[in-house]
Amino acid sequence: MASVLSFINDKRVRDLFYQVALVLGLVGATVWFVRNASENMVKAGIASGFDFLWRTSGIEVPFVLTGYTQQDNILALFWVGIANTMLVTVIAIALATVLGFIIGIARLSSHWLLSTIAGAYIEFVRNIPLLFFVLFWYFGVIAALPAPRASLSLFGVAFLNNRGLTIPLPDSPAPFRWALAIMLLSWLIQWLVMRWARRRKEETGRDAPVLLLGILFVLIVPALAFTWAGLAVRWDVPVLRGFNYRGGFVVIPEFVALLAALVTYTAGFIAEIVRGGIQAVPHGQSEASAALGLRPGQILRLVVIPQALRVIVPPMTNQYLNVLKNSSFGAAIAYPDIVSLFMGSALNNTGQAIEIIAMTLAVYLVIGLAVSAFMNWYNARIALVTR
Amino acid sequence: MSAATFPLWRQRLFGTPATAALTVVLALGIAWVAVPLIRWALIDATWSGTTRNDCTGSGACWVFIRARFGQFMYGLYPVDERWRADLTGAIFALSGLGLYLSPKATRIRLAILALIILPPLGVWLLAGGFGLRPIETREWGGLMLTLFISVYSSLIAIPLGILLALGRQSQLKVVRLISVLFIEFWRGVPIIAVIFLASLLLPLILPSGTGIDRLARAVIGLGLVIAAYMAEAVRGGLQALPSGQREAATALGLTYWKATGLIVLPQALRISLPAMTNEFIALIKNTTLVLVVSILDLLGIAQASLADPNWVGMNMEAYAFAGAIYWLICYALSRWSKRLERRKLG
Repeated sequence: MASVLSFINDKRVRDLFYQVALVLGLVGATVWFVRNASENMVKAGIASGFDFLWRTSGIEVPFVLTGYTQQDNILALFWVGIANTMLVTVIAIALATVLGFIIGIARLSSHWLLSTIAGAYIEFVRNIPLLFFVLFWYFGVIAALPAPRASLSLFGVAFLNNRGLTIPLPDSPAPFRWALAIMLLSWLIQWLVMRWARRRKEETGRDAPVLLLGILFVLIVPALAFTWAGLAVRWDVPVLRGFNYRGGFVVIPEFVALLAALVTYTAGFIAEIVRGGIQAVPHGQSEASAALGLRPGQILRLVVIPQALRVIVPPMTNQYLNVLKNSSFGAAIAYPDIVSLFMGSALNNTGQAIEIIAMTLAVYLVIGLAVSAFMNWYNARIALVTR
Repeated sequence: MSAATFPLWRQRLFGTPATAALTVVLALGIAWVAVPLIRWALIDATWSGTTRNDCTGSGACWVFIRARFGQFMYGLYPVDERWRADLTGAIFALSGLGLYLSPKATRIRLAILALIILPPLGVWLLAGGFGLRPIETREWGGLMLTLFISVYSSLIAIPLGILLALGRQSQLKVVRLISVLFIEFWRGVPIIAVIFLASLLLPLILPSGTGIDRLARAVIGLGLVIAAYMAEAVRGGLQALPSGQREAATALGLTYWKATGLIVLPQALRISLPAMTNEFIALIKNTTLVLVVSILDLLGIAQASLADPNWVGMNMEAYAFAGAIYWLICYALSRWSKRLERRKLG
């Protein structure tokens, strides 16, 4: 009797028992769900499996970057969705970061009116649902734009109207690929220069004209490359024919509205992160740097920003992942992203609910894990080294 | 204005030429935005009337909001039965207030009692049956539905989130692993996809003929995602608590659940409350997504009202009204959360 009691009172035995019970419970529930699902699917006449991916899709997509047509298979539709999601995500992240930094720094300005306006903007956007902004930009702003005949002209080459933004399209992408390659190459050179300059500074204490070279490699060389590319191709400039524009590329209004909503909304959150990050650096740090004789630019670059980044990077990663997830709000205005194309249209056409939902969620999980892994690596690199 | 403050604001706004120039530019910018806005919303607006034709001015047509007010609040809930929604709201609000004012010693017991009684009572009052006229969830809508989804989703999310946060800190490896997987999965996927998922998969994985209500699916879906976010909010509080608290409780002979319930959670939840409030604000904002499965909450009703042929072109009025309500609710909650945080620090 005593040995039985000591057996069931043994912590290891109890721990093992609880864990086995939990696992059995979860497995049991899963088996029950799967059995129900397969029964229900047999009743509905749906065959499970991924064969449907090779069926012709027949779904027309108004905004395609990949050369997809209705005759392609459903797997091609999947890629269209991913491309559209990534496009709006990447552009929205870039613009929201710029706007967020501007507002966050304005919030800290010693100018009372400027910081109040920035604060009002932050409090305004943070307390309103994102879907509100999406609908507002789409049905409130874009729908209120003039018809194509009375388009707002941007420098006579791009036209904004209630059917979207019509922009000129180059007849061949090759020069732009070259320009992109040149840009990446010159950024790489600048990175190497910076590494070399830092090492030389540590060894000899001498400065190199890193800033001048930086302007050259980061801005001027890519600008020249893209100017060359722009001159080397023939542009298909949109022209008004009848009631609409011919030629060029139409950026659909859904894209414009979703992008505007994501940028205005996310900027409010990024601004708060930037403000918090800069405020987290104690004032004594910049005072001490000034006492050591550093110039204001050096104080910002060498002392304040590296420490602020340490605070800013983790929440910023979260915001970037939020933008990725929030790009699915496009489904509410039928922007053809992965959720609305694949989880919406393709699922309606094929009825393969489980497979399609699994694939769609996997896209977000894979991208999310990849971004987190990269950001963890970056964060570890800039983290404070203790002991 | 006293003499001492006068030079201060002049210093702030017009201290140097650059400051003064910025002030002028910003003031002009504000005027450029605010003057047309105020003219539209207040000066040129039409306030009284009954139909579209009463709106003759160039400003906002608030007549539209007046005519639609009932729908914005209750959706298509039958007019004669709207007192039930009001009563439910009043009971919930008064219970909350009562708990807030009740003596600390009895508060936890009262809270548990309220948690057992109120949710079924609310569903009964709203959905009917047992003597009340049954009203299908299809007819629910507007602000009432926004609040219903927020409250009932958090009834799932908060307990589950606390369990998940405890699981993530657990010494049992399997429990920890399952909690982490659950949390990271739901945090990694878009909420709109989860609402689709819940509305498509729940009927599929339950025995055929169960017929789970459309609104219940959305509430469960939202509850699961928010539980994952709540878990992270609670984890912050658990991590902030010195580990000596649990160790001391264990040394005194308290079991895991007693130590958790009596020592750890009361302190940890107090620390987590601001973060949990922020998650609740996010939940209120995210309830708008039920629009994609054709459940019409406040924003959905506003959007749907734009299709009325008798009231063409009321986009701005509808959005302004719905946006203002969301803003007021979320702003008030975020102020409250900030105050809690400051009190914690002070």
